[in-house]
Amino acid sequence: MPQVKFIEFNGTEHNIDANNGDSIMTAATSNLVPGIDADCGGECSCATCHVLISAEWQTKLDAPSESEESMLDLNPDRSSESRLSCQIKMSDDLDGIVVNLPEFQY
Amino acid sequence: MSGIVIIGAGQAAGQAAASLRQEKYEGSITILGEETQPPYQRPPLSKQYLSGELGMDRVLVRPEKFYVDQNVSLHTGTQVESIDPSAKSVTTSAGDSYEYDKLLIATGSRPRILTIPGSDLEGIHYLRTIDDVDGIRAAMKTAKKVCIVGGGYIGLEVAAVAVTSGLSVTVLEMEERILQRVTTPEMSEYYHELHTGRGVNIMVNTGVSGFEGDGSVTTVLCGDEKIDADLVIVGIGIIPNTELADTAGLECNNGITVNDHCRTSDPDIYAAGDCTNHPNPIMGRRLRLESVPNAMEQARVSAANMLGGDKVYASVPWFWSDQYELKLQMVGFSADGDTSVLRGDKATNQFAVFYLKDGKVVSVDAVNSPKEFMVCKQLYGKVVDPAALADATVELKTLLN
Repeated sequence: MPQVKFIEFNGTEHNIDANNGDSIMTAATSNLVPGIDADCGGECSCATCHVLISAEWQTKLDAPSESEESMLDLNPDRSSESRLSCQIKMSDDLDGIVVNLPEFQY
Repeated sequence: MSGIVIIGAGQAAGQAAASLRQEKYEGSITILGEETQPPYQRPPLSKQYLSGELGMDRVLVRPEKFYVDQNVSLHTGTQVESIDPSAKSVTTSAGDSYEYDKLLIATGSRPRILTIPGSDLEGIHYLRTIDDVDGIRAAMKTAKKVCIVGGGYIGLEVAAVAVTSGLSVTVLEMEERILQRVTTPEMSEYYHELHTGRGVNIMVNTGVSGFEGDGSVTTVLCGDEKIDADLVIVGIGIIPNTELADTAGLECNNGITVNDHCRTSDPDIYAAGDCTNHPNPIMGRRLRLESVPNAMEQARVSAANMLGGDKVYASVPWFWSDQYELKLQMVGFSADGDTSVLRGDKATNQFAVFYLKDGKVVSVDAVNSPKEFMVCKQLYGKVVDPAALADATVELKTLLN
C-alpha cells in the first residue's frame, strides 16, 4: 500500500495508507484529512481539493489535463506546485509522496 | 450524553458525520438510513454508474471502514417512524428508540411517481437509488426500445447512456421544450439538437396517458399515439421528504424550513440537503435545491452549529450534468438574468452563456468550459462589460480585477 504524507499549512502531518488506484483526494477524505472538501466527489468540477506537490514529485505525475489546468488557472492563489488531488491516482511509484494543503482552502 | 442522531444516510448524512469528527466531536453519532448501502454519491448513478464505468466502491461517500474507524454507528435498512421533539428521541419502524442531544434530518427527496393506467406494470423504473439503477442496468441488457418519460437532466443523462450503448431511445417531454423548468430556450435547443444528432427521438408537448402490456410494459400511450417500449424510465422530478418533520410539528413549507444556520423551528433539530427550504443571503430569497454541493455544505454548516458554532450557510448554488462527452457546469439560475451573453461557439461544443441582471453576472451555463464556470463563481453579483465577456480573445482573468 503506497503511503501519502499530507501536511497541513500549520505543519500537522497525516501519514495515510492509500489503495492503489484511489485518488489522493479519496485517501484524504477517507481518513478525515482536513482541508479537502471534494464537493463534486472527484469529477474535476469544483476545485475544492487543491493541493501543493513539489516539483520533484510532480516529475512522477502525468501533467494536468486540460480541464484540471482550466480549473486551477483561475485560482489567484495558484502556484507552480498546484494540483487537484482528485486527478492524481495512487500507485506504488508514488509511495511516500508529500502533499501540502494550502491555507486558502481552510 | 445521548449524542447526535442523523436521520437519512445520503451524502449530507455521510458528510455531517465526517465533519463532526473533523470538528473534534467525540460523542456518539448514529446514522439511521432506509437504504441498505452506506452513504453514497447520487450524481454518478445516472452517469458513470449506469454506464458501468464506476462500481459501487467508487461511489461511496466514504469507505465502509470509515464508519468503524470513526466510531460512527451506521444503521442501514432502518426506517424512522417518528420524531418526538419533547422527549428528544426518534423511533424506528422496528420499535427501537434513539435519544438525541441534537438531531440532523437529512431525509433527502424521492421521485415523483406516475399514477396513471398501467403505471404499476413491470419494466417501469424510477431513478434515485443504487438499487433503482441496478434494476435499470439489468433491464438494459435485454431491452431494445427505451422510453424515457421526462426531459430533465436525469432523463437526458440516461438517454445519453442508453443510446450510446446501442438502444433505441425516445424521450417524452410534456412541455414545449426539454429542460423547460431549469434552463433557457437557447440551452434547451442546444441540448435538443445534441441528443437528436446522436439518434435520440425527442417528442415535446407529449404527455403520457398510460401504459399497456401483459405483466410487463410493451406500449406507452400518449393520447392517441402509441410508442413501443420494453423499458420505461420515469424522471419527472422529486418531492422533498418532509413528512417526519411535519408530523413532529416542525415548520415546513416546500421543504423543511431552516434558518441560515440550517436550524429548523426546533432549536435542537437541524436539517440539510434536498429536504430543506433555506434562505440564501447572497440571493436574498429562500431556495429549495436538488443539489449535491448544497447537501455537502449544509451538512458542514449543521455539524459546526450542532457543536455550538456560529456558521452561516451562504453559497451561490452550482450544478453539473454530464451527457455524452459534454460536461455542463452551471452557476446560479439563468432565469434570474435579463440579458444573455454567449462566449465561444456552440458548433464546437465548447461555449458558455452568461446571464446578467442589471449588468451584474448572475448565472452561467458552461459547456466543456470549466474556466467560464470557475470565473462565474467569482464574478457572481459583479458588474462586467458584456462585450469583454463575449470576446473569447479577452482573458477571463482580466475580468476578475
